[in-house]
Amino acid sequence: MPSSAPDRVTPQKPVQPSLWALLTPKWRSALARGNQDQGDSRVRALLLGVVGLLFWLAVFGIAFRVLRYLRSVDEIGNLMAGKVLDVILLAFLSILLLSNIITALSTFFLAKDLDLLVAAPVGGVRFYIAKLAETVVHSSWMVALLALPIFTAYGIVYSGGFLFPFVALAAVIPYLILPAVVGTAVTLVLVNIFPARRTRELLGLIATGTVVIVVVSLRFLRPEQLAQPEGFQNLVDYLAVLRTPTSPLLPSEWTAAMVMNWLLQVADPWPVIKLWGTAAIAIGIGAVIHRRLYSLGFSKAQEGAERKVRRPLRGPVSRLLSSQSPSKREFILKDLRLFFRDNTQWSQLILLAVLLMVYLFNIQSLPLHSGERVPFRLVTVISFLNLGLAGFVLAAVAARFIFPGISLEGRQMWLLRSSPLDPRSMLWSKYWIGTVPLLVLALIITVFTNWLLDASAFMMTVAVGTIVLYTLAAGALALSFGALYPQFGTENAAQIPTSFGGLVYMMSSLCLLALIILIEAVPVTDYLRDQRYAQQPVGITPDLVAAGVAVVAVCAAATIIPLHVGLRRVEMMEW
Amino acid sequence: MIRLNQLVKRYGRFTAVDGIDLAVPSGELFGFLGPNGAGKTTTFRMIAGILRPTSGTIEIGGIDINRRPLEAKARLGFIPDRPFVYDKLTGAEFLRFAAALYGQQGPRVERRIDELLELFELTRWKNELTESYSHGMRQKLIISGALVHRPEVIVVDEPMIGLDPRSARLLKDLFRQFVDRGGTVLMSTHTLEVAETMCDRIAIVNGGKIVASGTMSEIQEQTSSQHLGLEDLFLKLTGGMRDHQLDAILGA
Repeated sequence: MPSSAPDRVTPQKPVQPSLWALLTPKWRSALARGNQDQGDSRVRALLLGVVGLLFWLAVFGIAFRVLRYLRSVDEIGNLMAGKVLDVILLAFLSILLLSNIITALSTFFLAKDLDLLVAAPVGGVRFYIAKLAETVVHSSWMVALLALPIFTAYGIVYSGGFLFPFVALAAVIPYLILPAVVGTAVTLVLVNIFPARRTRELLGLIATGTVVIVVVSLRFLRPEQLAQPEGFQNLVDYLAVLRTPTSPLLPSEWTAAMVMNWLLQVADPWPVIKLWGTAAIAIGIGAVIHRRLYSLGFSKAQEGAERKVRRPLRGPVSRLLSSQSPSKREFILKDLRLFFRDNTQWSQLILLAVLLMVYLFNIQSLPLHSGERVPFRLVTVISFLNLGLAGFVLAAVAARFIFPGISLEGRQMWLLRSSPLDPRSMLWSKYWIGTVPLLVLALIITVFTNWLLDASAFMMTVAVGTIVLYTLAAGALALSFGALYPQFGTENAAQIPTSFGGLVYMMSSLCLLALIILIEAVPVTDYLRDQRYAQQPVGITPDLVAAGVAVVAVCAAATIIPLHVGLRRVEMMEW
Repeated sequence: MIRLNQLVKRYGRFTAVDGIDLAVPSGELFGFLGPNGAGKTTTFRMIAGILRPTSGTIEIGGIDINRRPLEAKARLGFIPDRPFVYDKLTGAEFLRFAAALYGQQGPRVERRIDELLELFELTRWKNELTESYSHGMRQKLIISGALVHRPEVIVVDEPMIGLDPRSARLLKDLFRQFVDRGGTVLMSTHTLEVAETMCDRIAIVNGGKIVASGTMSEIQEQTSSQHLGLEDLFLKLTGGMRDHQLDAILGA
């Protein structure tokens, strides 16, 4: 006789989904995204491949040359190579830690799949490991991509053999896991201490503070000392410094040691034991912390949004924009409000200020001011290097602040697209609201550093002109790549520049920078030499004029074409 | 008025909207019904200019939205099914921004914002960030945003979701009065009672096509089902009358 009540299947102990099953939606989604892109973007993919390969080759080329030189230096060459790897990995470690703190907040507390997973009978450890794996992939892929050519160069220069890739992988995996475990634990604790969704914003501040401390600490290590052996009493002192571990308690040191031990054929199991042992113990401790704190933290993370308004931004700012049409003006005001009310956004300015100070400090620390006569060639090289570094800083700032512009509209795009707001106006507002502050920053960096370098009026003019043109182009590139590779689904603005599109933008803008410097280098150096050694005033040479025209043309093209492409993309966007 | 002519939207090989013809004159409240995935939201997003049709034309107030998008959009108020607004703007700032997108500003807009907030009982939260708003409050805010520039045509996708009964009633009255004054409303809803009581005419879509259209009695006549109510008509036209094997799911 059929029962009127449904059968209840209530096993005593629910069967746990496998770790693979928990991760399946992630890799399947990634695969689907890849397949989706195949249809309409073959040319785009090819372009990306070429730019990526060029960038990869450049990093490899530099690493290869440096390592080959170091290998040829007796006694200290191998030590220096190990030290360089250690410092690179230490720098990456700080980036990884910050990236993991930010990513863990998304993967553990803000992701869209969490309601489903938390409501399902998934065990704590499995959940933790699945989300940790997701965090590692999201936060570390870019560092891994950057590290690849460096490790390849080490493997080739030191003849690491066919097993070297596996050794490097075995060294890198725990190196990536450890900051992810620490970052996740920090996020977990913070979410519990600071109730509510505002943790996300607080985390932005805390992460920024962490980076500031790391950057300043690294700077005060004065790594340039290692490149100046004459500053040491004798070779023994110098060797002693090289042999002293920079950070014996950090995985960067162990990873570098493991890799170098293999390359130099030193039989020392300790780095391997330290790396893998610590990673295993860390995951265990992380899982315990997760079990204790996650449930409450997740609940708190859903609660109480901010109510009150800080920084209403009317009055003076509004009056400043009074010449604009209402739609442009309100659009700009809206972007400013969103930026200054979101701690995760404006707090990045603090980081920027600190990086800027460190940069200026570095310029001032150059041995140009030691009183000795500095060779002309060195001054010129440094002037161009400064131009390149300033350009790099500006490209990175544009990646952080301009690139996410279109992505941040995301879910609200329905309002913009259904209104009579011209996409051109939207792009125009986004371009200038990002580029004007970038121009101010560019001028501050360039004028101040050239003043510190005691550059001639001519060099100052060249630098200022170049950086202004480059900034206009970098802003356009950032905005258009942001439109070409939007990240509408991202919960966290800080993650947007670390997307694939962000990477492609960075590579493109750096290629542009290299091209500009390449065009300018020879005619400007020739002119400076003539100016220095000629008996009478030197006029502007045809080469110089040609270089100037070429730079203007390249920058104009790199501004207008991307903006045009970005506009077309915005016009064609569908939601 | 709204006029759709042979509107088609394809995503690769999948056809979401398959040759829809529709004319909604001024002074009419038109209901657009259909099961999930029938193509309602896609159609609405094309009308709002968010999606581009694969083929066919859309006119709003006699203006082709693909040829003169800005002019057509200026006449339109669009209310999407999901109320996404900027979290870090206050309710008043959001409405001011929405008005500015239509080129409107100044004291008249401020008065209009106050009126709308008052109407939807949001005045208390006027200067609070929308991230603290509930789903229903956000829904009311985007409805206000669609009305702030005094549109001629309103396209509204599932307006009642998340609204409390009082707000739902208010919205019904608002739309009724809007069309009585010459406006046009095209509305999709899954609440068939709402469609039956509010709409002057109805279209039922299935598989991207309009399978029946007209007044309630006209649809009954078209389907030779004079005795059926809207729910049964809907199920009949959209293939929902099958006997479900519920026993297999719930257990014998």
